[in-house]
Amino acid sequence: MITELGAFALILSLALSLAQTGLSAVGGARRSPVLAGAGRGAAVATFLAVVVAFAALIHAFVTSDFSVANVAANSHTAKPLFYKVAGAWGSHEGSMLLWCLVLTGYGAAMAFFGDSLPPRLRAYAIAVQGSLGVLFLAYTVFASNPLARLLDVPVEGRSLNPLLQDWALAVHPPFLYAGYVGFSVVYSLSLAALIEGRIDAAWARWVRPWTLAAWSLLTIGITLGAFWAYYELGWGGWWAWDPVENASFMPWLIGAALLHSAIVTEKRGALPGWTAFLALAAFTFSMLGAFLVRSGVLTSVHAFAVDPTRGVLLLMMMGLAAGAGFLLFGLRAGSLNPGGQFRPISRESAIVLNNILLSTATAVVLLGTLYPLIREAMDGEAVSVGAPFFSLTFVPLMLLAFAVLPAGPLLAWKRGDAKGVARKLWIVLAAAAVLGLVAYGVVQPRKALASGGLVIGFWLLGGALLEMADRLKLLRAPAGESLRRARGLPRGAWGTTLAHAGLGLFVLGAAFETAWKVEAAQALSLNDNQTLGAYTLTLTDVGTVEGPNYLAERGIVSVKTKAGTEVCHAEPERRFYPTGGQTTSEVAICPSLLDDIYIVLGERRAGEGGKPAWLVRAYVNPWVRLIFLGPLIMALGGLISLSDRRVRLGVGRRAQEVVS
Amino acid sequence: MSFWPKSRKARRRLTILLAIAPVLALAVGLAMYGLRDSISLFYTPAQAKAANVAPGRKVQLGGLVQHGSVVKHPGGDVDFVVADQQATAKVSYHGDLPDLFREGQGIVAEGSFDQSGTFVAKQVLAKHDERYMPREVAKALKQQGEWRGDGAGAPSYDRPSPQGGGGREATGGGSPADPPSSDLRSPPPRGEDRR
Repeated sequence: MITELGAFALILSLALSLAQTGLSAVGGARRSPVLAGAGRGAAVATFLAVVVAFAALIHAFVTSDFSVANVAANSHTAKPLFYKVAGAWGSHEGSMLLWCLVLTGYGAAMAFFGDSLPPRLRAYAIAVQGSLGVLFLAYTVFASNPLARLLDVPVEGRSLNPLLQDWALAVHPPFLYAGYVGFSVVYSLSLAALIEGRIDAAWARWVRPWTLAAWSLLTIGITLGAFWAYYELGWGGWWAWDPVENASFMPWLIGAALLHSAIVTEKRGALPGWTAFLALAAFTFSMLGAFLVRSGVLTSVHAFAVDPTRGVLLLMMMGLAAGAGFLLFGLRAGSLNPGGQFRPISRESAIVLNNILLSTATAVVLLGTLYPLIREAMDGEAVSVGAPFFSLTFVPLMLLAFAVLPAGPLLAWKRGDAKGVARKLWIVLAAAAVLGLVAYGVVQPRKALASGGLVIGFWLLGGALLEMADRLKLLRAPAGESLRRARGLPRGAWGTTLAHAGLGLFVLGAAFETAWKVEAAQALSLNDNQTLGAYTLTLTDVGTVEGPNYLAERGIVSVKTKAGTEVCHAEPERRFYPTGGQTTSEVAICPSLLDDIYIVLGERRAGEGGKPAWLVRAYVNPWVRLIFLGPLIMALGGLISLSDRRVRLGVGRRAQEVVS
Repeated sequence: MSFWPKSRKARRRLTILLAIAPVLALAVGLAMYGLRDSISLFYTPAQAKAANVAPGRKVQLGGLVQHGSVVKHPGGDVDFVVADQQATAKVSYHGDLPDLFREGQGIVAEGSFDQSGTFVAKQVLAKHDERYMPREVAKALKQQGEWRGDGAGAPSYDRPSPQGGGGREATGGGSPADPPSSDLRSPPPRGEDRR
């Protein structure tokens, strides 16, 4: 009954989003507050209807209603409650419904919080958001209904893939989608402004907070996903340049570029066309991601169950939305006011350079991701583009961006003082270089990478801190004065510093982890030892454990230093899930402040003398904590900027005065 | 400078172009180089024989793991044979195999051939879904007439047992490869083992 109610609500939401589009568009065109208001009401109602549908799906999962096809395929009575709920978005159909939930949620938010936006722009934006809702809801209703019933009800479900039964994975799709789909708002705002033919600082003021929110949430989502891959998949990696990973990374890169160019448009009225273009591109990449993950055109680690027909539909939807957007952009771009002037050395120029590098990097990632398709279409050869390609192309571009990054925030708007900035930054550069040289002497093996990473990471981190110190006049003014300045500093400035410092931390972690990782793999019988860098591992015991929906072999591995003190008592598991017939490894991680000792229990095999032996793989991952901490700090920076009153409120008025 | 345009707008355009050009040139250069040297081609054993892949060249080798070919050595080395319809290739690998690695299962190995023609794998990939066939493998096998269509699944497989040694047969259901009567879909094959 509840399921039928949900299915009905889903169809209702499609009708409501049609109403939202029509009413808002006519309301905008005729400048009718009544119609526009009705459109806003429809936007909120659409969202509520999707909420009902989504709640019905979760209800079906929680009550293990196997007459619902999606539940039967992805759930099981023995599954813990938390993963039953998470199962609601663990499949293709459910995740599309989550996508719609977020999409209509953003539409409702625009209707609710958009009072400061010019009424016409707002009506158009809500109309565009509504039309996106129509596309995706129609797809969900007609091609991928998660609430469809089965005629032939199974007694037991087929369970969710055990690897997906994990908290980080369970919570990362909502973040990821909140980020992905958040770019739909800037897409709608951008199209609305293009329809009106006017893109100005007031508009950018509105684009910025939505971009910040979407980008920060996307950052959290990607980081959680990487963290899951790190500790659940059992090979110690956190990023593999897999097509699906790239699919989430491209909108992130474009979002980062948009974040910066929107500041220029807001503060200086410059680059309006470019900002609008990026806003359209960001959501296009989000849709491309949705297509790549679901169509199966690319071989991926994480792809959903493959369905080519749906892939074609998704591709058509993407073509329609992106095509309409870029067509309108092409028609209107020429008539846009180019806005404020600036010199080649200025903050605007630094941001333009940032944008050039970020978009080129995105293009490179796109090329690498789609190249197997291109090659197959061209000469039918199957190729795979992996990490080496991206290290060779993406990394140098990013290094260029990192090299100029610390200078950006120190430069003044309009006309910057290069010498002054150099005078401030030389200390950081010198310190970074000295640290790099020291590391080059100390660190073994692959020291060039580690020391290079150290230089870049410290340059970013030090640059961010120096910029903050400069703003506060730290050490140059009395402490009281600095404190007063710190209190008066807008949150946006703190956000910038945090985000840039977080990036520095990430670079440090990534470089060190890659360069300094120690790995050992050996088949061990009971009480055998193996050496792992500075540690000795002993397999002391292996026993059998019974979990709620799995059986496991649990090994006890004692990690000791050379001196003989035990630093860690690890219990890696190898789990077998009878429902799916699948085996997974449960990694044991011994964390210290920045490093991890990472232990995986492998399969049992015959060892020497016929004794049973287990393959034990272990890694020391130095500074790996920074890889996940850095991006989270970046996201925190974004959210702190978002909480800045200047960003959230007072849309337009002040900015317009500045420009005119 | 005479080539420097007079109009402010044109001058700005030129400046931006001058900033973009080197970055773009760098990116295009690196991408061209990267696409020539750092991508790996995919072969089935027969294709690899026909193409006469140079020893040491990094490639991917995909196919079905031949029944009875897996030999696990005490030190952690594993030898097995990957086969397609027309040819086989010996693969040696050091380390832990993916949890879903089974005889008869489609896999992709990354690595290179050595002088004697044995494929030394650095990484072995197998999807975490019994019915999943790596796309390249499926396509290559289809062309050779080996493929029996989606959902037909792996020819056969042994369930792993947590006790090891194949002591107990797991209960519950037939082979997951049996096509159910309804339109049930397999769980999303999102996880994968990389070893």
